[in-house]
Amino acid sequence: MIAEIGAFAAALALALSLGQGALGVFYPQSETRAAAAAAFAQATALCSALAFALLITLFLQSDFSVAVVASHSHIDKPLLYKIAGAWANHEGSMLLWCLVSASFGAIFASVRGRQSLGLWARTIGVQGFVTAGALIYTLFLSNPFARLDPAPWIGSGLNPLLQDPAVAVHPPLLYVGYVGMSVPFSLALAALLEGKADQAWARALRPWTLVAWTSLTLGIGLGSYWAYYELGWGGWWFWDPVENASFMPWLVAAALVHSAIVTERRGSLASWTILLAIMGFGLALLGTFLVRSGVLTSVHAFAVDPQRGIAVLVMLSVALGVGFGLYAWRASKLGQPSGFAAVSRESMLVWNNFGLAVAAGVVLIGTIYPLLVDAFGGGLISVGPPFFNATVSPLLALLFVLLPLGPMLTWRKGDLRAALKKLAPAAILAVLTLIIALVATQWRAVPAIGLMLGVWLIAGGLIYIWTRLQRGAGKFSAKLALLPLAVWSMSLAHIGAGVLTLGAVAETGFRTERAVALAPGEGVAFAGRRITLLEVGSIEGPNYTATRANFRVDQSSGAAQPLSAERRYFTTSPMPTTEVGILSSIDGDLYVALGEQVRETQGAWTVRLYHNPLVHLIFIGVILMTLGGGLSLVALARKRKAAP
Amino acid sequence: MRRRNQRLMIIGVAGAVLALAAALTFAGLRDSVVYFVAPSELATKAQPGQRVRLGGLVVEGTVRREGTITTFAVTDGAVEVLVRTHDELPDLFREGQGVVCEGQYVPGQAFEADRVLAKHDENYMPREVAEALKQRGEWKGGATP
Repeated sequence: MIAEIGAFAAALALALSLGQGALGVFYPQSETRAAAAAAFAQATALCSALAFALLITLFLQSDFSVAVVASHSHIDKPLLYKIAGAWANHEGSMLLWCLVSASFGAIFASVRGRQSLGLWARTIGVQGFVTAGALIYTLFLSNPFARLDPAPWIGSGLNPLLQDPAVAVHPPLLYVGYVGMSVPFSLALAALLEGKADQAWARALRPWTLVAWTSLTLGIGLGSYWAYYELGWGGWWFWDPVENASFMPWLVAAALVHSAIVTERRGSLASWTILLAIMGFGLALLGTFLVRSGVLTSVHAFAVDPQRGIAVLVMLSVALGVGFGLYAWRASKLGQPSGFAAVSRESMLVWNNFGLAVAAGVVLIGTIYPLLVDAFGGGLISVGPPFFNATVSPLLALLFVLLPLGPMLTWRKGDLRAALKKLAPAAILAVLTLIIALVATQWRAVPAIGLMLGVWLIAGGLIYIWTRLQRGAGKFSAKLALLPLAVWSMSLAHIGAGVLTLGAVAETGFRTERAVALAPGEGVAFAGRRITLLEVGSIEGPNYTATRANFRVDQSSGAAQPLSAERRYFTTSPMPTTEVGILSSIDGDLYVALGEQVRETQGAWTVRLYHNPLVHLIFIGVILMTLGGGLSLVALARKRKAAP
Repeated sequence: MRRRNQRLMIIGVAGAVLALAAALTFAGLRDSVVYFVAPSELATKAQPGQRVRLGGLVVEGTVRREGTITTFAVTDGAVEVLVRTHDELPDLFREGQGVVCEGQYVPGQAFEADRVLAKHDENYMPREVAEALKQRGEWKGGATP
């Protein structure tokens, strides 16, 4: 019965979202009809939430007469994974997509602020159609409430590799990020329909872009960390199609975060901002297509259905077709841009956008190139990390060289010489890093340049905070407390990019690994430590048994630390999973994976040792960038309160 | 006049960056594309020393472990190729199941794989493997993945 009510709630949400779309898009001039569209948006969100709550209930009750529950859950599964099981599968995750889209529509409808009636109503309307499209797809092509007859006695269980706390947060965060790009898309289409994209429009756009970018940053970062500690997923970043699918919208969202600032502050770049918003959502949909269709071979691929891929492709074509069509038709009606000099805050932000957009384009080409070659009969190929490392890194490097200059320049016309003078200490520090790294690595240019850029970004960000503290009179501590949140948020995000660069370069350039066969009691010297296998025993988990190896790690400082690695055998699955042991220290992670027992020499086990220098900086960088995005949202909310 | 010069300069720099990106992209695609081959195509399609992805089914009873080296045979139903790897085998590696090995082809020797690819899902067959099996008429699955 619950499944039927769930399906009914989803169908009701579809009807309501269509009403929301029609009222908002076709009657934007009437105050009462716009209010009705807003009410419809809230009702859509309520019904979607009810449907999703009922799906979670089905998972909690282990109702195996429902197909997704039977194929993705099990009575023995711990509670967290029963709940997370609701979105750790295709059907449930699509319902989550609908819920996020409907909720964003409802939140947008509830907070009108100073937006004009037409723009507000039309945005609600377009968002309604986006939700409707997702609901149609969910109900007709991947219905999570479909029954199974006859119902099995026990479920087949969640894929053991997915039984990890990260499964509870990683997919929802990515979905908030992907679907978050639908609100800027709706706002862009509404602006084109209105023929107006002014500063108030950009003010409405900024928080949504930030929500999308921040969630994508954290979601990708978390996924990256998950892939890092899960053996065989290619490490923290692998340029896998599924990873690229999330990286492209991230790059465009980052560009949009910056171009929206220019449009809000100076009224310029409006049509470019609109174009970015359309492309950002298009890439988010393309991401869904790539993940769900299985057209590309990915380390992160799941069993797939080509029909669904085609449906997502149809949605993508409709969204991009309508978006670009409206753009071609109406963009010329938008306001005239105000001018700016070649050296100014604006021009730096234009370069930022240019660099990020070109990088997104290059990633797109590399990702879909195998599809194109296959379509034209060129055989099956794959484009791997060497391509992306050789193309994206130089582009990002150019971007990073310019990055610290941007905040130092004023709007309209900046003073390049003064900015460079202030940044001189950062430049000196960066060049010193380059020289030291070149000497220490025996002239390996690529990692040395990478480290230099990381230091340049961090030092540049700190100098910017310092120059802001020099302004005005008063006590240092008072000025520090009064520093605007916007300064902190921007600097944190930029410093985070620098920290991430340091970690990424160090891990990629200086990683070491070694495979050994160890019997209990034996040890091996590795990366300045001594690792001893103490014993191998078996332990019982909630729904698995595991072989656990305990190690002792003797650091060069003399301290000894315990470390353990496991192989888990789940009752519901024939394959074992590897739980690696990770020991973090200041200089990086020691990463240990337990392999098979060596047949010939009884009692010895294959053990793989990795040393990943400074790898934690990657994740610290992600956290700093996320904090920057979050603080920026708080700053926007405060500004809104201060000037109602 | 000054304004126009400025605009020309910006367009020039942007064009140069775009050209650089395009050049990098095309050079990258030429050098780093990895072709997929089935075991029966390895000898004819791959150049000696070229990096390829070899896809097929792991032949039952051929997996041998010696210390940290693993050897196994991969087949597409017609030809069996011996693969040697130092890489940790993915958790989903099974005899009789699909596998994709990336490495260098050296004629007359075992295929040296530096990466053996894993999937998240035990029901998932890499598309290349399905493709190779279908070409040989060995495909037993239902719908095409």
